[in-house]
Amino acid sequence: MATTAVPSQGHPPSSTGLDNRKIAIWAFIGSECMLFTSLISTYLVYKGKSVVGPFPHEACNPPQCAQALPPILDIPVTSASTFVLLMSSLTMVLALAAVENKGKPGWGPGGWWGLGSSKLWLLSTTLLGAIFLGFQAYEFTAFVREGLTIKTNLFGSSFFTLTGFHGAHVSVGVLWLLTLLAIDMRRGLGPKDALIVDLSALYWHFVDVVWIVIFTLVYLIQ
Amino acid sequence: MAHDQHPHPAAGEADTHAMGEVHEHPTWKQYKWVALILTVITIVEVWAYYVPAWVASWTFVPSLLIMSAVKFTIVVMFYMHLKYDHKLFRVLFVGPLIIAAVTLIVLMLLFGQL
Amino acid sequence: MATAAAAPARLHSEGPSETGLWSWLTTVDHKRIGSLYLYTAFLWFLVGGLEALLLRAQLQGPNGRLVSAEMYNMLFTMHGTTMVFLVIMPLSAAFFNLLIPLQIGARDVAFPRLNAFSYWVYLFGSIFMNVSWLIGQAPDGGWFGYTPLTTFQYSQNLNIDFWMLGLQILGVSSLAAAFNFITTIINMRAPGMHFMRMPIFTWMSFVVQFLLILAFPVITIALVFLQFDRFFGTTFYLTSAGGDPLLWQHLFWIFGHPEVYILILPAFGLVSEVLPAFSRKPLFGYPVMVYSGILIAFLGFGVWAHHMFAVGMGPIADTLFALTTMLIGIPTGVKIFNWIFTMWGGDIRFTVAMKFAIALVALFTIGGISGVMHASPPADLQQTDTYFIVAHFHYVLFGGSMMGLWAGTYFYFPKFTGRLLSEKIGNWHFWLAFIGMNLTFMPMHWSGLMGMPRRTWVYDAGQGLDLYNMMSSIGAYVQALAVLVFVYNVVRSWKKGEIAGNDPWGAPTIEWSIPSPPPDYNFARIPVITSRYPMWDAKSPELMTDVPHTREGERGIDVDVGGKHVGHVDHAIGNPPGGKVMSDHAALPTAKQLGIPMPNPSIKPLFVALFMTLMFASMLPMHLGQPKLAVIGVITFAILMTLTLYSWLLTPLEDHH
Repeated sequence: MATTAVPSQGHPPSSTGLDNRKIAIWAFIGSECMLFTSLISTYLVYKGKSVVGPFPHEACNPPQCAQALPPILDIPVTSASTFVLLMSSLTMVLALAAVENKGKPGWGPGGWWGLGSSKLWLLSTTLLGAIFLGFQAYEFTAFVREGLTIKTNLFGSSFFTLTGFHGAHVSVGVLWLLTLLAIDMRRGLGPKDALIVDLSALYWHFVDVVWIVIFTLVYLIQ
Repeated sequence: MAHDQHPHPAAGEADTHAMGEVHEHPTWKQYKWVALILTVITIVEVWAYYVPAWVASWTFVPSLLIMSAVKFTIVVMFYMHLKYDHKLFRVLFVGPLIIAAVTLIVLMLLFGQL
Repeated sequence: MATAAAAPARLHSEGPSETGLWSWLTTVDHKRIGSLYLYTAFLWFLVGGLEALLLRAQLQGPNGRLVSAEMYNMLFTMHGTTMVFLVIMPLSAAFFNLLIPLQIGARDVAFPRLNAFSYWVYLFGSIFMNVSWLIGQAPDGGWFGYTPLTTFQYSQNLNIDFWMLGLQILGVSSLAAAFNFITTIINMRAPGMHFMRMPIFTWMSFVVQFLLILAFPVITIALVFLQFDRFFGTTFYLTSAGGDPLLWQHLFWIFGHPEVYILILPAFGLVSEVLPAFSRKPLFGYPVMVYSGILIAFLGFGVWAHHMFAVGMGPIADTLFALTTMLIGIPTGVKIFNWIFTMWGGDIRFTVAMKFAIALVALFTIGGISGVMHASPPADLQQTDTYFIVAHFHYVLFGGSMMGLWAGTYFYFPKFTGRLLSEKIGNWHFWLAFIGMNLTFMPMHWSGLMGMPRRTWVYDAGQGLDLYNMMSSIGAYVQALAVLVFVYNVVRSWKKGEIAGNDPWGAPTIEWSIPSPPPDYNFARIPVITSRYPMWDAKSPELMTDVPHTREGERGIDVDVGGKHVGHVDHAIGNPPGGKVMSDHAALPTAKQLGIPMPNPSIKPLFVALFMTLMFASMLPMHLGQPKLAVIGVITFAILMTLTLYSWLLTPLEDHH
């Protein structure tokens, strides 16, 4: 048995050359596809089957409502929040690029300003995500005021559950981004951190992509 | 803590190998174009909603589905890098996507919505 | 220095400071986690078995009054839920943990702390669900929880709440483990181990992980809808609001059908390891076995409504699902033939493990035949909700999964304890189990076709059912005896079993190249893989004539059986530089001596699991008239869970090296 110091065997190279965590997050995203599909399928399966109003795209009259109500979805407001979330994907991509290229010529010195500022873009993404959540909160409270709660009818149950789950995912994403921002402010994020920023970016874009589907299927298609 | 599963990249370099980047990754220009296309399509989608003739016609649903599919695809391909990354990630994503799509369609058929 | 003969059996070799309760609570070693799964699942097996014995005692004769109707409902619900979620899945998880890293030449799984987390969530979730017994409100809505029975209107006590919340907790365990094993199998294979050189058990397990990550989200949402209906008054399953109780059935079975493949494929994998070893022949049609496994998984998502032929979906839906169901019988049947051809012309050794493996082939075939009979909707209209179905799924789950798991137990016990289970006692176990199983479930085909309904606590005399039920009950008692014999075998062999050595069976895959039990680092040196059967490549090349493999990089190995060194070749797979024989357990070098970095143990996975469980459990006060308590509980434990999770994520797995 060897008693002299043995040089560290380190870790064996991975079979694919890829990082474990990136493989795991794509598998996770695949799984989330089924999660959201179940929610979206339920919404679509129950579309048009609510016995009482309010309804998403049609007006509601007695006896289905206590008093006449207009269609409850607010397309202009939701279009704005959709745009906000789409732009947050752009800022996320910029954040990742800034982290990957930090210190390279033409990318600026870091800090809080300029194209190469990971802090700027992480903060922007976080803010845009928070604004999206703000829009959701506004929408939810407005609907409740107008007579649609999660208990009211099939539309209410399936709508609030679907968009609520999505909003919860956005919230987790915002928390994740804030954590990265905190790390960036504390010790700085550089090229060696590109992977962990990439992981959060993949999650964030996925959440955006799910919203693209929801916006079309729930809001636009009648 | 990152596991060193393969040779370290040079100091100050992102570990693009571990991140799965097989080809050159999207450029600045491409990111801006993607953002622009996303914006334009969204505008068109919302515009469609307010054109009663379009809404009433049979083309409404397919056109909206196509537009959102395009948005979905470019975000996944470019922002999520799937076009430029190791093929494995494509399998990990597209497989579940197919099963999800089939499940959704069959459920809609079973409940008389399609 | 302790000699090998006196070394006590344990489930793996201990490194420094790795004894005691704390080392088990903080372990991140896949072998320890695997053994934790094994012990826990076996205990629940005894509980689920006891529930079955009570059921069978109640049904032994007509108009039984051993238990009340309400108790009966709890017993069959918990028997099913326990056996599916608390026994077979965790037993499979035990084998995933114990075997996958060893079979692919890795030192652990991709995310060791996540692995520990999966176990603790399982433990706490299983305890949570069974705590319901203590207040006499065990789940009683069937293992499949059909609405509207399980909605609040018809189930106002806590029974269903325990079931719903318990399953949500357990789902997290399975999902986390699946992400772990997918990453491990893709990314941590030894050099030379292409996908088509992986042992079949690892392949089947790989397929199962994908089934898990795609199926569990669906039941998660189904349960979310039920939870929201029960706790918050939503309308998902409420007919008066236009809701459809069938939505539950669809969502449940979209999960439920892949779930049964999750239950059987690991056992198929184990059998595919045992049969070649004891036929001294490579597995017949390895590629076909792989592709059929993948096909079964894929098609498994397209057959779910065959559980719903009696609900009135209409002839088109019925026909389409009947077609897909019959289709899926093809890749499954192909496997049966491949196993038979593996044994054909082989040099058969009828060890206990082999007997159990052959039993799976035979009994699963019987279960498969009744399954194909259900695939025809008109025939199923007679069979559904009768004991004919009960017969079917017990043949495939007990005659299939359990037999396979026992084959795996007898085959791998020596690898992880260093000692062989007694063949003599094992034979008693086998025959009692085999006879008991058939005695219990074969008569159910008849009582089922005669119309005896499922889930009914009594049956009247004079319907021609008495004899069949008596036979089934006696069979159950015989099975109980078999389990006792098994327990005796384990207890006795733990201390007094014959020493196994690296490779007691002459098996072909690389887990047999390392000591029994393995050192904490598994492989002193990561092996280079030359074929599907590296050990046979080295030791018995005459068995390899038809198997593709590379000549270069072949290594001889040290061969010892039963503690006796019988051969020494070049430097061995898994042995340290210098090629010393590693059969002397106490002489194994430590990880430190070999320069192998090991992950640090951690208590955080346990606490995150605990807080998560308590977070879910905090919903119970909603139905005790204490919604504020529920809110406080959920928020408090969510915060604690998140804080502990942050601490976990910000702590490196290993010391900097």
